Amino acid sequence: MNRKRLLGMQVLVAVLAIALWHILTSYAFFGRVLLDPFFFSKPFEVAARIVKWFREGTIWYHLGITLTEAMLAFIIGSIGGILIGFWFARKPVIAAVFDPYVKMVNSLPRVVLAPIFTLWLGLGIWSKVALGVTLVFFIVFFNVYQGVKEVSPTILANARMLGMTEQQLMRHVYWPSALSWMFSSLHTSVGFAVVGAVVGEYLGSAAGLGYIIQQAEGIFDVAGVFAGMIVLAAFVIVIDAFVTLVEKRLLVWRPTATETRV
Amino acid sequence: MDSGDIENGSGAAVSLAAVDVAFGLARGGVYRAVEQASLSVADGEFVSIVGPTGCGKSTLLNIAAGLRAPSSGSVSVFGAPLVSLNRRAGYLFQADAIFPWKTALENVAIGLDIAGAPASEARSRAETWLSRVGLSHFGDRYPHMLSGGQRKRVGLAQVLIRDPKILLMDEPFGPLDAQTRQIMGNLLLDLWQADKKAVLFVTHDLEEAISLSDRVVIMSAGPAARIIGDWKVLLPRPRDTAEIKLDPAFHDLYREIWAKLKDEVVKTYDMAGARA
Repeated sequence: MNRKRLLGMQVLVAVLAIALWHILTSYAFFGRVLLDPFFFSKPFEVAARIVKWFREGTIWYHLGITLTEAMLAFIIGSIGGILIGFWFARKPVIAAVFDPYVKMVNSLPRVVLAPIFTLWLGLGIWSKVALGVTLVFFIVFFNVYQGVKEVSPTILANARMLGMTEQQLMRHVYWPSALSWMFSSLHTSVGFAVVGAVVGEYLGSAAGLGYIIQQAEGIFDVAGVFAGMIVLAAFVIVIDAFVTLVEKRLLVWRPTATETRV
Repeated sequence: MDSGDIENGSGAAVSLAAVDVAFGLARGGVYRAVEQASLSVADGEFVSIVGPTGCGKSTLLNIAAGLRAPSSGSVSVFGAPLVSLNRRAGYLFQADAIFPWKTALENVAIGLDIAGAPASEARSRAETWLSRVGLSHFGDRYPHMLSGGQRKRVGLAQVLIRDPKILLMDEPFGPLDAQTRQIMGNLLLDLWQADKKAVLFVTHDLEEAISLSDRVVIMSAGPAARIIGDWKVLLPRPRDTAEIKLDPAFHDLYREIWAKLKDEVVKTYDMAGARA
């Protein structure tokens, strides 16, 4: 399938879905409207709401807050994950001692931590950052740990034969290997940073996309809820496209599936 | 250097004396890989070790490199006992060992970089070496963009730029196709001819061993593999690895060594068959 045709069909799916939504909420069939607009709103109302937000400019403030929280969560979580991942991978005894606790904390649904973070850090951005960090940290940590552990023994032996010191091994072998693993999970970790921010906002805050959605829900403003969700989805797609761009720049040395040569 | 010197290893580039290698097995017990191996490579001499699969040839190479310590016996390098990594040796591995996250040029320059050479000097010498191995226009390629043979060339340049006095090679051309192997063999001989280093070359291909070497050493089938033969190759140099195979003297030597090697290869296959 060529690109144009694919794009056409992708757009067609959206058009059909919106048309169906519109028809089911606006016209009566067999004497009744199948989807009550009070619970499902209508596509044009949702669109009007989004246009209004952007025209008035209020949405930028909330987007900015969510973006700040997600970015802070990503940066802090990544730095923590890299440091601890390296440390554990190079010190197997420490990794073994902490292993059950790492598993325990990671298996905890992060939502239950939100009230604690709100109590500790207040209703401002930091309680949301903390929630995002607990999500990002583990993804980065596991990948860096794996990346350091899985360096090919041949490459390692070669590096040593070339005369690398322990420090140089770190810089020229372990670090690039760990980084490549970390970047391969970049989409997931950035996505989770956003999830942490939005869920945190939803559970208690005074600003952000999660806050908008929660407020709209509180007054049965279904158009507001849908509008918030759509803005959030678009926001995530933009961030994901940016991550893809960064990935292509940083992992230029990695073969893609189509161009692998033997 | 007379042969007595080579025997006791005092003047040799690398010498292994009565080396035993044993591995502890996971379920207890000990696997004796190599027994009583004594071998020395004189300075500037090209020696090949040939033996059936799994006879411990690579293990001997790792011992000469200092990557593994022998269970008993001793290793010396230019007369001095080897205690840790062999700093005078360069090692060309069988599997790809160049760094996938560095370009060809960076891969070649790395040995100088880590030794503290100025970046500009490392770069220009790396460029020289890349052209010596025939890759002058490939400096900015990453390994995955190169063919298997090209990656081997990068590996060779990466090792040789450090000017090691000893070159250890573990079936370096094993994964390559026949034509590329021949070309790589000639490249290796050209580079070696220009600046004679002691070479210890491990292979299971007897033709390759004879066409490249000054001496061919044969190992028996494992376990407890031993060195069971040592032939001088008196064919003229410089050689072309393809043409030398047409020389009648090559055939005579091949037949002589193969007669001995064949039994060991058959033994290995029989054991593999018994296991399967």
